Amino acid sequence: MLPEALNASLQKKISSAEHPRELMVDVMLELQDHYGYLSDEALEAAASLLDLTPLEVEELATFYTFIYREPVGKYVIHVCDSVVCWMDGYESIQDHLCAKLGIKMGETTADGLFTLLPVCCIGYCDRSPAILVNRKVYGPLTAEKLDNILVELRTEAG
Amino acid sequence: MYPQVLFKNRKPDRIASMEEYRASGGYEAMAHVLKNFSYKDVRKLMLDANLLGRGGAAFPAGRKVMTVADDAPFPRYLVCNADEMEPGTFKDRVMIHADPHMLIEGMIIEGYSARAEKGIIFIRPEYESAARILDREIEKATAAGYLGNNILDSGYDFDIVVHRSGGRYICGEVTAQLNALEGKRPNPKQPPPYATEKGLWGQPTVSQNVETLVCIPHIIRNGAEWFRNLALTETGAGTKIFCVSGKVNRPGCYELPMGIRLSDIIETHAGGMREGAQFKACLPGGASTAFLTPEFYDIEMDFETLKKAGHRLGTGAIMVFDHRTCLVAATLNLTEFFARESCGWCTPCREGFPYLRDLLWRIENGQGKEEYVSTIKQMCHHLWNAYCAFAPGGIAPIESLLTYFKDEVDAHIREEKCPFK
Repeated sequence: MLPEALNASLQKKISSAEHPRELMVDVMLELQDHYGYLSDEALEAAASLLDLTPLEVEELATFYTFIYREPVGKYVIHVCDSVVCWMDGYESIQDHLCAKLGIKMGETTADGLFTLLPVCCIGYCDRSPAILVNRKVYGPLTAEKLDNILVELRTEAG
Repeated sequence: MYPQVLFKNRKPDRIASMEEYRASGGYEAMAHVLKNFSYKDVRKLMLDANLLGRGGAAFPAGRKVMTVADDAPFPRYLVCNADEMEPGTFKDRVMIHADPHMLIEGMIIEGYSARAEKGIIFIRPEYESAARILDREIEKATAAGYLGNNILDSGYDFDIVVHRSGGRYICGEVTAQLNALEGKRPNPKQPPPYATEKGLWGQPTVSQNVETLVCIPHIIRNGAEWFRNLALTETGAGTKIFCVSGKVNRPGCYELPMGIRLSDIIETHAGGMREGAQFKACLPGGASTAFLTPEFYDIEMDFETLKKAGHRLGTGAIMVFDHRTCLVAATLNLTEFFARESCGWCTPCREGFPYLRDLLWRIENGQGKEEYVSTIKQMCHHLWNAYCAFAPGGIAPIESLLTYFKDEVDAHIREEKCPFK
């Protein structure tokens, strides 16, 4: 069940919008933050809040890069693999992350902390190779810097 | 050092505050327009200034807003496209982080010229920090009376909101962006009707790129002739934010006169090629432009000059490749981008890019055959039948690879391996 406070704040936003449907992505992102990903329950909640069918929400949920329809880790690491990061060696960054975390791209660590995903050019080509961790950018990266970032994130997660 | 117009308040570590923007003359243009200009005066000035859309298409900004008919219905919308997802492009992010109020002022003036009452900044999720800056600074501008009802007692009402995207390349395409804003699947739409007639929610809508909008206050303050004279070429106008990346010493964003030579950008401003690297090619304006070879090294970078040379300036995102970089592999990477980001709405694009990617993959990995070259050409030709401009853009690197670097492709096929590995 959606907590009352979140439900009420979303209801308020939706009722004050001229066209509630324009809030689709905002609503999905907020529900995703609450559930950790856009679960079936979250998807149905979004549909009911916006007076749409679950299928209409699903059509968008599966379209966007930053909406997750499967469980993800606490930290979602997006590795940019577009042309400038490619030129500057994203492959070694990716290999290093996979080895350190013991997972392949697209997978989540067993402790539920990290998910690795590829992403298209994130617009930080002046800081390549670059990654996003929960939409925050890091770069230019080396293996050593990556190790430090992982240590920091693990400490933060407790 | 060339005049810094858009980046005049840029600092290494923080944004320019509203007070700093005001101290540098900010919001004077808006006040002047609201007091002394009709909306038609603004439109004419933008046309006279030869302000061309900086999002890549180079459509005259003045002409676009002029297509909003005098008797067009209200409400009308202004959409600021901050969804820059063209690979290699990061100018709008740097611009927003440098001086967010310049964008807000530009939007108010552009909104006034379209007689729009609401502005929407459509921004990609990777730029969450920029979105937060805009949210906060819009609030400050509203508190100062620059946004909201009856701005500076002029009778003009205008508000701005920030709309966060869920993240897909196609959302940068104007018609797809309007669908995205309406909470629909962001498929492109083919005109007519044009957005300036029936756009967002069926109402007249003007879309402009961030960099186009920030030019506007300066044109108002200094005039059309001054703006045109900023360029080094007759055909150009204004400055351009070039984002340089790849094998140069100082990748970054540089505000330089339109029409500056490519060689000057690379050598003087981006710190030259990295040690031991020789210039082999660059993409001049994102992934949807063709490779520029050394024969174009001194070309004057403006929309018209590149067009005459059979090229496109695009977004002005210059990605530099050196002699040790395999351009088959680079093109494979670019094609992977388009295959992944195709919205899937039309068959040529949805099916064509994965097909092209597979052929390029085989060539790069030593499985290429002579006949693949003609198959690739044929497939590129099919992609011109795609529904939107995405696909013709995406094949630009592939077609130019075959035009300028056919030897490199042939070597892959002949040697049954990548010669760079």
